[in-house]
Amino acid sequence: MLRPRIIPCLLIQDSGLVKTVRFKDPKYVGDPINAVKIFNEKEADELIVIDIDASAYDREPDYQKIAHLASECRMPLCYGGGVRTAEQAKRIIALGVEKVAISSAALANPALISEIAAEIGRQSVVVVLDHKQRLLGKTQEVWTHNGTRNTKRNVIDVALEMEKLGAGEIVINSIDNDGKMKGYNVALAAHLREVLTVPLTVLGGGGSLDDMHKVVAACGVVGVAAGSFFVFKGPYRAVLISYPTVQKKRDSIYSALQGRH
Amino acid sequence: MITIIDYGLGNIQAFVNVYKRLHIPVTVATSADQLAGASKLILPGVGAFDHAMQRLNASGMRQTLDDMVLGQGIPVLGICVGMQMLANSSDEGVLPGLGWIPGQVRNFHSVAESSELALPHMGWNDVLPAADSPLFQGQQESWLFYFLHSYFFECTKPAHIAATATYGASFSCSVASNNVYGVQFHPEKSHHCGVALLKNFAEL
Repeated sequence: MLRPRIIPCLLIQDSGLVKTVRFKDPKYVGDPINAVKIFNEKEADELIVIDIDASAYDREPDYQKIAHLASECRMPLCYGGGVRTAEQAKRIIALGVEKVAISSAALANPALISEIAAEIGRQSVVVVLDHKQRLLGKTQEVWTHNGTRNTKRNVIDVALEMEKLGAGEIVINSIDNDGKMKGYNVALAAHLREVLTVPLTVLGGGGSLDDMHKVVAACGVVGVAAGSFFVFKGPYRAVLISYPTVQKKRDSIYSALQGRH
Repeated sequence: MITIIDYGLGNIQAFVNVYKRLHIPVTVATSADQLAGASKLILPGVGAFDHAMQRLNASGMRQTLDDMVLGQGIPVLGICVGMQMLANSSDEGVLPGLGWIPGQVRNFHSVAESSELALPHMGWNDVLPAADSPLFQGQQESWLFYFLHSYFFECTKPAHIAATATYGASFSCSVASNNVYGVQFHPEKSHHCGVALLKNFAEL
């Protein structure tokens, strides 16, 4: 049986691991390499690592740091942050990374997605769409540059366009729910699962295994990613990296697949 | 010595890391000269079939590899697109494959049971080994591996199927014929199951 992917998403700023709330107030939570080692031991399904400053400040990806991460990481790794050209994507893949995430650059220059897919294969091209509810509306709009610029485009339209251009996976990331740990935007995820044919990963708001269960119950086999849930423990948000065991994933998340179809 | 064939595609470093942790001698070859002394070969691969074949054919290693694998019987393990390259041809491209195991690479959407499924087939899936398959020996509760692909290897001869997985329909996710082996999944990124498989290959 193909399993839903339960994915820790790690944010990097100034070489440290941070966690934000609604894309703001980054709190230092530790060393990224140390976190990767813990997720190796816990046999996490996949990792997403995003350098949140690279795009916001138009910086080149830090290849040396990416190489270090990739050499430590014993599970599939997706890197994002500052990737603007097919050449950069190719270089990152050559460092031992499975997937490259593109966000701001994909919105600025959609043809880039096709170029990167031709270079590294579409299975390795991930488009991350940070979305936020429109003021006085229901539409979810795509924002770029770490949530500072509104493209005013509907996330569903953009996701479909990116799939058509050659994205191998779409990650949706709710800015409103980021760090809140109060649940995912399940309705949007279910809608996108219906209309997309490439894999979908849902990020933003995960605070419990039950939140993840709800996504899988509504969407079936998708990726379910979270940040805070894997790095904080308890009501005071003490830093403690954790990851559910195989048994826990089976009982609390995969169980949602029963009774679907 | 395990020699990883580096023709510019695939996660070479991940294989090196696994074997280093296992204290098994490993090296990387980028030219025909560097293939000398290999007792086992690993052929990684990602991306499009034709692109991978072009790169391998242009690497200067193709003729030596044919001699080593077909002539000298040196064991080779193809990974992901590296496994697909073992076939005669692929629906994804027009170039001929290596033809080391007879078969045709097909798209999941060309099969009725999987025509509606999301592609690529991405994530962790159960692998069911055929009886006595040497790559899948040892104590494992179950074999679970990470997959990332849209095409699969359809064996001409069922005897060459070394393991199956199910995505819509059951498909051959590992092939074996004499000294030629292939796995569609990524053992280098599949935690303890992947390490066990790569160790089994090293100990063949």
